[in-house]
Amino acid sequence: MVLIDAIVIIFLAAGIIFMFTGVIGLLRLPDFYTRLHATGKCDTLGEVLIIAGLLLYHLFVYSPGAELSVKLVPVKLLFLIIFIFLANPTATHAIMKAAYKTGVKPWKKGDARM
Amino acid sequence: MRGCEEGKGKEEKMNAKSGKGFGILVTFCAMFLFWLLLSGIFDALHVGAGIICSAIIALISHDLLVKEKGDKMLSKSFRFVIYLGWELWQIVLANFDVAYRVLHPKMPIDPLIIEFDTSLRSDFALVTLANSITLTPGTITIDIKDGKFLVHAIAKKPADALLVDKTMQNKVADVFMEW
Repeated sequence: MVLIDAIVIIFLAAGIIFMFTGVIGLLRLPDFYTRLHATGKCDTLGEVLIIAGLLLYHLFVYSPGAELSVKLVPVKLLFLIIFIFLANPTATHAIMKAAYKTGVKPWKKGDARM
Repeated sequence: MRGCEEGKGKEEKMNAKSGKGFGILVTFCAMFLFWLLLSGIFDALHVGAGIICSAIIALISHDLLVKEKGDKMLSKSFRFVIYLGWELWQIVLANFDVAYRVLHPKMPIDPLIIEFDTSLRSDFALVTLANSITLTPGTITIDIKDGKFLVHAIAKKPADALLVDKTMQNKVADVFMEW
């Protein structure tokens, strides 16, 4: 039980660290496109790690001895992970394309911060 | 001679028909499995409603999920699963790359926009490549037009990985067998 708790805590902590890096990137990077690099990538792995931690916790703590509809909750979390892996890069790409089409100028090395 | 050609045409039609039936069957099974896993209640009412709904969806939109004949699709999905493993590792690398660039006091970034051609043509292959580019270190897809990719890279090195090495293009082309 303690082992499961430790693994789950590691997953959650890693997820939160990646999300935190994404936020720092959002604040520090100079323009729209580079900010999307930070949010688009760190959010994906951060969310997936957090959900994976919840999935493991549910699998080992709630699932044994529960009825079938409770046992299926990890499967739903797994669908959530797959959906995030599909939807997050697609959404990032859509925002990027919208910005490019409306003429947001990309930042070049040496420019002032926007 | 003519009869032979007619026979050939008929055979092709038959193949297309069986392909359609196969597509409907696969879609129905996938949808019904999805329904069962999401509902988790196995009485007559819920399972019956699931069968009816999956059947309607399979009849209307089977051509979205399955477009080709069975044998090729099976080997493609197998290659795709192997590719997903490699892709997951790339995602972890991408996150460490972004974390390094963001947390470094001097922020080693040098953004540029690059353009390159691919030999890929099918929608699914293009979407896979585009999403893979977005998830791997330092690059995001901006636009695809007729197999031409517009990519925003955060520095010179990740851009070179796409322009010079072409590891990812070759891997995706391998998965979908489109060279």
